[in-house]
Amino acid sequence: MAIPQVAQNFAGSVTEVTLGATAENGGTRTSTVTIGGAKNIVHAGTPADSAGRKPVIAMDVLDVAPTDWPDELMAQYADVADDPAAWAKKCVEQFGADMICIKFDGVHPDKGDKTAEDAVKVTKDVLAAVGVPIALWGCENNDKDNKVMPAVSQAAKGENCLIGIVEEDNYKALTAITLADGHHLITGAPLDINIAKQVNILVTDMGFPAEKIVTFQSTGALGYGIEYAYSIGERQRLATLAGDKTMAMPMICDVGYESWRVKEAKLEGVPEWGEAADRGPMWEATTAICLLQAGADIIRMRHPRAVAMVKSYINQIWD
Amino acid sequence: MQLIGERINGMFLDVKQAIADQDKKVIQDLAIKQTKAGAAYLDVNVGTAAADQEGTIQWLVESIQEVCQTALCLDSQKPNVIAAGLKVLNADNGGMLNSSPLNKKSDEEILDKYLDMAAQAGPKVNVITLTMDKNGVPQDIDTRVAIAAEIVQKAMEKGFDTQRLFIDPIILPVKVPNAQAQPGNILDAMAQIQFLADPPPHMTMGLSNLSQGTNERSLINRVFLAMAISRGLDSAIVEVLDKELMDVVATSEMLMNKQIYSDSFLKVF
Repeated sequence: MAIPQVAQNFAGSVTEVTLGATAENGGTRTSTVTIGGAKNIVHAGTPADSAGRKPVIAMDVLDVAPTDWPDELMAQYADVADDPAAWAKKCVEQFGADMICIKFDGVHPDKGDKTAEDAVKVTKDVLAAVGVPIALWGCENNDKDNKVMPAVSQAAKGENCLIGIVEEDNYKALTAITLADGHHLITGAPLDINIAKQVNILVTDMGFPAEKIVTFQSTGALGYGIEYAYSIGERQRLATLAGDKTMAMPMICDVGYESWRVKEAKLEGVPEWGEAADRGPMWEATTAICLLQAGADIIRMRHPRAVAMVKSYINQIWD
Repeated sequence: MQLIGERINGMFLDVKQAIADQDKKVIQDLAIKQTKAGAAYLDVNVGTAAADQEGTIQWLVESIQEVCQTALCLDSQKPNVIAAGLKVLNADNGGMLNSSPLNKKSDEEILDKYLDMAAQAGPKVNVITLTMDKNGVPQDIDTRVAIAAEIVQKAMEKGFDTQRLFIDPIILPVKVPNAQAQPGNILDAMAQIQFLADPPPHMTMGLSNLSQGTNERSLINRVFLAMAISRGLDSAIVEVLDKELMDVVATSEMLMNKQIYSDSFLKVF
């Protein structure tokens, strides 16, 4: 008996977004990434042409040497932790990062209080060191981000970066400068689909094009709220497929940070849990793969072994 | 909700005049305005404005396509007029053929003709089918549902995707003598039509007809639209430039959990 075709067709699809600008588009990137385009939920037995573009991995580079990373993770970057340019280069050349996400932890008032000039220098150094597209992610302190991120955006003008994050109560300054400098924007919400939609409406009401937005719904690691992140990702995708243009953006997840702060990923000296050196990367990879199935398009990651596992998964599913 | 903007219709005086003067600008402005207001389709109806219906529908379609890529809803009860429109329609943008009853005394094969034309035009061209047959518009619930079932059955037999059918239960003016039971009957029929296929066939209606001749046109349209959305209506031919009506669409869809709530939920169009 023939297996009945049960795949559904939908009216809507995820917007395709291209990040990075090469010389012919006024930038200095040597490669770009294009994400989105899915016309169905992830692996619903759907035809290949509805799966959309391959998700990509943006590896984190911090603007200051991390002080609280577990040993297993820190060991990967011990030689470059003080040098964001070298760090980015290592991620791209050795670990195969599709993108670099500069996370400006160091500008946070409680974590170093670095200046806008410092952040601009890191941005320029990383742009010069690698040719992949760049995401520029603030320290998530509103006042400080509103001072620093406009300068960062201007420094990267023409490179078609991904800048974030803007939220319901703090979106005007960064949206305006991101629009002016021709970048893409990340709209953020605290695991709340209603607020996620609201931020998208607020930002587009300012004249920011919906097709240049990537959403960040907040991320929970395996065992620490991944169900919420999964459900919201899925809800966003289903709304997109039903034709809701205010939700039809690609989605980014912050898997690296969330995975490596849970005790199961980092605690050493617990032999019954297995080797810590394996547990961390497994935790990060499992979290990433789960969220890819919910519909994530960009995954922020940290450990090279986890990145390799997730890349292998992506290639098997999307190729 | 797939809204079909009703304004490009020769029954409206400005459109009638524009057709007489061959004044593209009026038509193009209406196309752009309705698209911006949230129309997924633009209805294109020559009305009684021109003797040459085939030539006029082509002129309208070509004029609109010069300025926007919104899907067009070719509106005529005459297959030859629809066929003429299809010749110049950019079917890649999507389209709708509006509309065919199950059958007619003068043309038993009318539905086949519309389904065949849509099939030939490409996968993005849908058909509005009326729950009406050679005996006219039914007055009761059961006959409406039975005709809808026959329409769905016919589409299935022909291999025409039932997701490309938009079933129109035909709303008549509530002010017509003895017609006041009809809106309620239509709601009950719609609740049943939903179960004729899985996923359910789309349902649409020419809403403004309901309030013809009344003093409270917009209010009547709005209230019935909300009621119909609660019974599964997922498309309607409406005045998309009526902001209050569009707010009712947004609110009804939100309350039916078809749109995600946000504080600015009225800004979805």
